[in-house]
Amino acid sequence: MRIETEPLLSIRNLRTIFDLDEGSVKAVDGVSFDVFPQRVLGIVGESGCGKSVTIKSILRLIEPPGKISEGEIWFHLENQKEGRSNRLDLAQLDSKGKKMRSIRGNEIALIPQEPMAAFSPVHTIGNQLIESVQLHQSLSKDQAFNIAVERLNEVGIPNPLEAMNRYSWELSGGLRQRAMIGMALTCNPSLLIADEPTTAIDVTTQAQVLNLIRDIQQKNQMAIIFITHDLGIIAQLADDVIVMYLGQVMEKGPVDEIFHNPLHPYSKALLKSIPGIKTKNRSKLPTIEGSIPHPFNRPKGCPFYQRCDDAIPGTCNQVPPNLFPVTEKQHVSCFKYHEKTDAL
Amino acid sequence: MPSENLKMPASSAWLAPERILEVQSLRKYFPIRKGFIKKTVGQVKSVDGINFHLDAGETLGLVGESGCGKTTTARCILRALKPSEGKIQFRKSDGSLTDVASLEEKEMRLLRTDMQMIFQDPFASLNPRMNILDLIGEPMLVNGLKNRKERTEKVADLLKMVGLRPEYMQRFPHAFSGGQRQRIVIARALSLNPRLIVADEPVSALDVSVQAQVLNLMLELQESLKLTYLFVAHDLSVVKHISDRIAVMYVGKIVESAPTNSLFNEPKHPYTAALLSAVPVADPRIRSKMTPLEGDVPSPASPPQGCHFHPRCPHASERCSMEEPKMEEVEPLHYVSCHHYQEIQLSGIE
Amino acid sequence: MNSESTNSSVEEVFQPAPMDSEKKMDSNKVPQEEPEAIEVAPNWKLVWWRFKKHRLAVISGWILIIIALIALFPDFFSTQNPHKSSAMKSFIPVQGIHFFHEQGIFPHAYQLKGKRNRTTLKMEWVANESRIIPLSFWVEGYDYKIFGLISSNIHFLGVSDPKSRKTFHLLGTDRLGRDQLSRLIHGTRVSLSIGLVAVFLSIFLGILLGGISGYYGGWADLIIQRLIEILQSLPPIPIWMALTASLPRDWTVEQTYFAITIILSLLGWTTLGREVRGRFLSMREEDFIMAAHLAGCSQMRIIFRHMLPTFTSHIIATSTLAIPVMIINETFLSFLGLGMRPPAISWGVLLQEAQNLQSIALAPWLLLPGLAVIITVLTLNILGDGLRDAADPYS
Repeated sequence: MRIETEPLLSIRNLRTIFDLDEGSVKAVDGVSFDVFPQRVLGIVGESGCGKSVTIKSILRLIEPPGKISEGEIWFHLENQKEGRSNRLDLAQLDSKGKKMRSIRGNEIALIPQEPMAAFSPVHTIGNQLIESVQLHQSLSKDQAFNIAVERLNEVGIPNPLEAMNRYSWELSGGLRQRAMIGMALTCNPSLLIADEPTTAIDVTTQAQVLNLIRDIQQKNQMAIIFITHDLGIIAQLADDVIVMYLGQVMEKGPVDEIFHNPLHPYSKALLKSIPGIKTKNRSKLPTIEGSIPHPFNRPKGCPFYQRCDDAIPGTCNQVPPNLFPVTEKQHVSCFKYHEKTDAL
Repeated sequence: MPSENLKMPASSAWLAPERILEVQSLRKYFPIRKGFIKKTVGQVKSVDGINFHLDAGETLGLVGESGCGKTTTARCILRALKPSEGKIQFRKSDGSLTDVASLEEKEMRLLRTDMQMIFQDPFASLNPRMNILDLIGEPMLVNGLKNRKERTEKVADLLKMVGLRPEYMQRFPHAFSGGQRQRIVIARALSLNPRLIVADEPVSALDVSVQAQVLNLMLELQESLKLTYLFVAHDLSVVKHISDRIAVMYVGKIVESAPTNSLFNEPKHPYTAALLSAVPVADPRIRSKMTPLEGDVPSPASPPQGCHFHPRCPHASERCSMEEPKMEEVEPLHYVSCHHYQEIQLSGIE
Repeated sequence: MNSESTNSSVEEVFQPAPMDSEKKMDSNKVPQEEPEAIEVAPNWKLVWWRFKKHRLAVISGWILIIIALIALFPDFFSTQNPHKSSAMKSFIPVQGIHFFHEQGIFPHAYQLKGKRNRTTLKMEWVANESRIIPLSFWVEGYDYKIFGLISSNIHFLGVSDPKSRKTFHLLGTDRLGRDQLSRLIHGTRVSLSIGLVAVFLSIFLGILLGGISGYYGGWADLIIQRLIEILQSLPPIPIWMALTASLPRDWTVEQTYFAITIILSLLGWTTLGREVRGRFLSMREEDFIMAAHLAGCSQMRIIFRHMLPTFTSHIIATSTLAIPVMIINETFLSFLGLGMRPPAISWGVLLQEAQNLQSIALAPWLLLPGLAVIITVLTLNILGDGLRDAADPYS
């Protein structure tokens, strides 16, 4: 049973829009969810669902023509010195200001999708890790060096002392990703965000990296937000899951419920349409008809209406539904489970 | 179903009538050149001596991680690359055999109508400057169908066959989503009525919910048009779904090949078992403590001596580091290349 | 790897999807029948639409069209025969054109009275505002032939009374009393066309040699690349000086003209050649090229139908940016007396007149051709930038 604790991160009604020449794109359109300490939240969805833009909004990395137009991002900060904690709305902070910068990389760390692109090719790994430490803690270069070596060791890089002098392109894909994880951990963040960290690497290397993430999560007692389109990874790693589609949350709940009792038509269809290691060989997969609508052409009402087998014309295409608790643990955004009036 | 022809002969000018492709000792080496005058200092042994076969109407999955040589193999079969060594016996539509590896480019052009390719990246495999009519019609045009009206009709039929509206032929690739572009690529591949289709990661670049649509389409087309597929992929679940048999490649070699269910339930090669256990299962109730394989995939430019897999293999012995294992038949159509397959117990998926 | 979910920019994530879905017809869901214009638009239309958004580039385009018109019909726009000299009319300053007069609104100029300065022996001119020379548009003037074929004597602007002996010099005259406006206009034709022709030759050489280099590779590539490197490392000015100085002095204007364009393009093709080679090399690996090969296309078809069209817009953009370079090169050579020479008229030749300090001090209007160079070069650069951004928005 889950102990009722304060969430570490609370997103309420987040909306991020991009003002392009061709029109306004609502990349994130009213997203709310919680991340609890020491638990893994998996965000699953296809292209255009807004998962990457959501985490960029959390980290306040959205640049014009994009901006957060509405919503709150409550983050729980432990103040060691004063022995108390307080909540901060990250959406209100200046994205380039000192406060946000002291949170980014320090309290909240990011593992990006392409480790090759995330490391500077002209600085050694060691340099970059030391820089990361010294940015947030007032330590001497030697002290920072030692911390960096320790981190590389923790993430399983052989010969960490030697690795400090290597450049990112000298390492293999798996080692690079480990080094990236090491860099994210330098300041002991309370929240780690992983943006599809295994999409670019081999299956056997992916298994190593996922194992590593599981281990360090236990050891460092971090909360993790894990973004991926791979349902297998979600099943193996996540405690809680949110399913996103076209900028909105369709369903959220504990991982077991989502996989064994999906309620939203999209979640159901998605799970059925993926060939798993156990699906019958050469059988026809049930598919979701059509394709993801263009965000400039958002349909009125529920974003999934056009492809939904259970759609109710007159209701589903008029107003968008809201996340509503349906079972004890699951919230679903669908008019099958609640009245139109509840959405208001 | 396959005949009783269990042993693969060393060189054959005769294949069972339903055998459409037989690859023998295929090698493709790329030279590594350095210096001002580009001296050859080494070889990347992308494909290092592989054997496999394909029977008419079946799907062979070719699976492996980066650097294993599966894409190079696919390209050699179609002669987009010239093999360094080996034979690729292909049965032509008149029943006779020909060795694709040794053909001249001119002769190869005549064979192109029999074998086609589906590519991985739907955004890169369609010329953005041509409209769909021209794209799908081009293979027919360069192979003799000059009559524009006939071509247009055929293109309309092909579009309908892949589930797109014929009016779309006026449009350009940028108007379509990834899944639709892949259908267009399939339509183009079918325009010459090929018998063999080599699919190089055809669904890897697509959204998850679209993958199912394209896989279904490929299965339907295979049935109705009696196609034979060589399906190259890195995603085991996808390969399992569509293949009759699967060959697992590692650093240029085939380490195991078997009918799909046998491979998944009773793998005989440690690499296959490791690969199977590395795939995360989409069921939170089955959370195994994954003991993943150590180390990294070696580069084909400097593969380990002996059995390429031995540095990472939990069952490796001294012999493995010195001697390359030979491919042996364990059961009908189940081949494995390992010194110790008889002694070790491996688990597949339940 | 899921190429649809890269997150560098929103535009890359959201590829345009069709308006209608593949779902079976439902009376509630009406798919669109007409394709949007953007979906059936070939590439050049897309480039054109993108280009139109660049206001500055579009304005530059219009300015260049005007300049080109002037260059095509120089005699029509001139007021005087550019070769006609008159010692009595030397160094007339910018006469200017006035519109407002007590008798109404019409174009006119003030009469000038000249007096020879006893000390410097130069002519000095004073405007007499009470005596005016009426001007009109579309007047009769000196005779000329359009494109050397059709005779005419109509000019855009000139003295109203064709029989009058009075002359009008909008931009003044030079040392020999020749009308600067007319000379500037005739110079435009030569300077602009040299730039164009030199660029065309460079494109031809660049595509040919760069294409061979990139497509065939091997020894051809090696030789051509080393050639490019050698040519690029040679200092251009001494080479040009040597080449033009060796042109026979008795060549006609036309012969010198062609010789100059060839000389300029001999060194100018290398940049384009390198780019074309790079494009061919990278394009060989593209999937759609392999698909064409596997469909049975011949090499020729692959080159001309698949490879070249993909970088036509790029070539057009690069060439537009190369024209001003050629113009400046020619101007510069002629200015030094090494390119076009009198009686030919180009901006460089005109600027030769302004070479000494005395002229600049006494007749600063002789520098006006420099302004023409600046305007042309600026507009060509802005236009080229706009074209390049439109052709290749993501690079």
